[in-house]
Amino acid sequence: MNKAVTLQTNQINKWFRDPISVHVLKDITFKIHAQEFVSVIGKSGCGKSTLLYILSTMDTDYEGDLIIGGENMRDHTEQQLAHVRNEKIGFVFQFHYLLSEFTVLENVMLPGLKLGRFPEELIREKALSRLDQLGIKKLADKNANQISGGEKQRVSIARALINDPSIIMCDEPTGNLDKVNSQIVFEIFKELTKTYHQTLLVVTHDPDFADNTDRIIEMEDGKIIKQ
Amino acid sequence: MKLSLIYRIAKSLLLARWRQTLVAAVGVTFSITMFIALLGFMTGLNDLLDGLILNRTAHVRLYNEIEPNTTQPINLSSEYRSSYNFVHSVKSVRSRQRIYNSGAILQALKADERVIGIAPKIQAQVFFNEGAVDITGVINGIDAEEESRLFHFSDYVIAGNAQDIAIVSNSIILGKGLADKLLASMGDVVQVTTISNERFPLKVVGIFQSGVQEFDKVQSYASLSTAQKILGEPNSYITDIQIKARNIEDAPKMAKELAQLFGTDAEDIQTANSQFETGSFVRSLISYAVGITLLIVAGFGIYNILNMMIYEKMDSIAILKATGFSGTDVNRIFMMIALSIGLFGGMLGLFFGFLTSLGIDQIPFNTTALPTITTYPVNYSPTFYFIGSAFSLVTTFLAGWAPAQKASMVDPVITIRGK
Repeated sequence: MNKAVTLQTNQINKWFRDPISVHVLKDITFKIHAQEFVSVIGKSGCGKSTLLYILSTMDTDYEGDLIIGGENMRDHTEQQLAHVRNEKIGFVFQFHYLLSEFTVLENVMLPGLKLGRFPEELIREKALSRLDQLGIKKLADKNANQISGGEKQRVSIARALINDPSIIMCDEPTGNLDKVNSQIVFEIFKELTKTYHQTLLVVTHDPDFADNTDRIIEMEDGKIIKQ
Repeated sequence: MKLSLIYRIAKSLLLARWRQTLVAAVGVTFSITMFIALLGFMTGLNDLLDGLILNRTAHVRLYNEIEPNTTQPINLSSEYRSSYNFVHSVKSVRSRQRIYNSGAILQALKADERVIGIAPKIQAQVFFNEGAVDITGVINGIDAEEESRLFHFSDYVIAGNAQDIAIVSNSIILGKGLADKLLASMGDVVQVTTISNERFPLKVVGIFQSGVQEFDKVQSYASLSTAQKILGEPNSYITDIQIKARNIEDAPKMAKELAQLFGTDAEDIQTANSQFETGSFVRSLISYAVGITLLIVAGFGIYNILNMMIYEKMDSIAILKATGFSGTDVNRIFMMIALSIGLFGGMLGLFFGFLTSLGIDQIPFNTTALPTITTYPVNYSPTFYFIGSAFSLVTTFLAGWAPAQKASMVDPVITIRGK
């Protein structure tokens, strides 16, 4: 593939130092190109989630380089990293992590309001169209804790999409869902990459899910064994 | 980052736990209420007690002290000017007690910008005769109208009318204690003997009660002309000039200046009654200390509730951070929460404090010592309301500081991984 590199890692190493020093990530080097649908698989404890937190810029305690959109994250302050997360990265977690104090619509709108690139009315329209696209527009005014797990996961996907991020990262997005909902979520991802050319990085331990992605990065004991 | 978004998130977090919020706000409300009520009441009492003396005391009093002459004749002699003179056995002289050239002094004072009013006065030492007993007393010759205007004289006349001493000739208003001793009531005639041994009958036209018993046992009031008659002096004779200054703080300076200008002694209110100022100050200090203690306790309440809220909202904080809110934003959100509790609680506190003050103001308070007072005194000075609101904000700010700091430090990875 000759497309632009969205995200690149260079020799990332990480240790857990407490209570004993454990070398969790060893020389992780890979690239994710624009419009790729990449999955990271591996057994529990192989470090794939840890890697995702580093890639998401939330974990800054590592060695090596993380380059997102051509910028090295090592030089960024906490404020700048927050801005990068806001603007360039969308997240979908295993546990849906919506703000229960807000409605579904507000949950989707918040990162957009934070970025402040568009006026509130436009963000609202975008959020509604995203919800519509994911088939949950009718839930927009419900409270975030009044909807089902599958619906919550779709809301968090809508939230991840609100700022048109250059990459969406997912941590076991289907890990907590039944087969039907997993299928729905997977179809959504598929559509995002095919129709909207969205770059996706999904951490999963579900081989069926991974088999349907463009590229699989397989990890074991903190190392990439196959990509 | 836009403040309106921070405000919106803070509001949602607050309303999601409105019961806790209410408890925190009620803590602030209660302490501000008590702060306002306590200070209003305390200051009201202070003003009342100070008023007992200060209202009736001239800010500057001009008079002639009986004292040894500072300039002995030998010092005036040119022959001995260069020598050092020792004079033994110097005695106080019974010099003129009258203020010399009083008419001109009164004129000059009336023209003085710093003076609100002046009331001339004559102090005469007398004996009141009741059968075989002589009771020492003081007759104050006053201008009843001015005295009432400047020093609230008529407020303390509990029977009869203050103006009557000017209307009825040879009349007197007796202090309550003195009247009791003389068994005199309204309309009676009391006998007075002056120091120069002249007897005078005076008609009682009023009874006076100041609230200071010792004072009421010796003092009595008559008109200037009556006092002059008793002393056998001409009608320019006055012994004191009482001055009410526009600004009480100017009194010491004015006293010094006037003493020099008019060649009399002058005493200012601060020097004469310094113990009252000390008393007021200590009472205010105690009220402030209690009020501030209450607020600090409320501050700990807010601190606790915010801390708890942060533990509960760990997930929300993590998700906010994951979706691009920085630590500073989270910090601001929680500071906003703390300050809204302070603002809301504080405003309610001011309101309830005002209501409590009104309530205290209605409680009957009758004491023989204070004839003009029927309910507890309350001071409604806006200063307390200002201090109260400022302090409620400061306390909540400080109480919110540490929890907000903690919230901004929340590591989203630990929270998300922890699931």
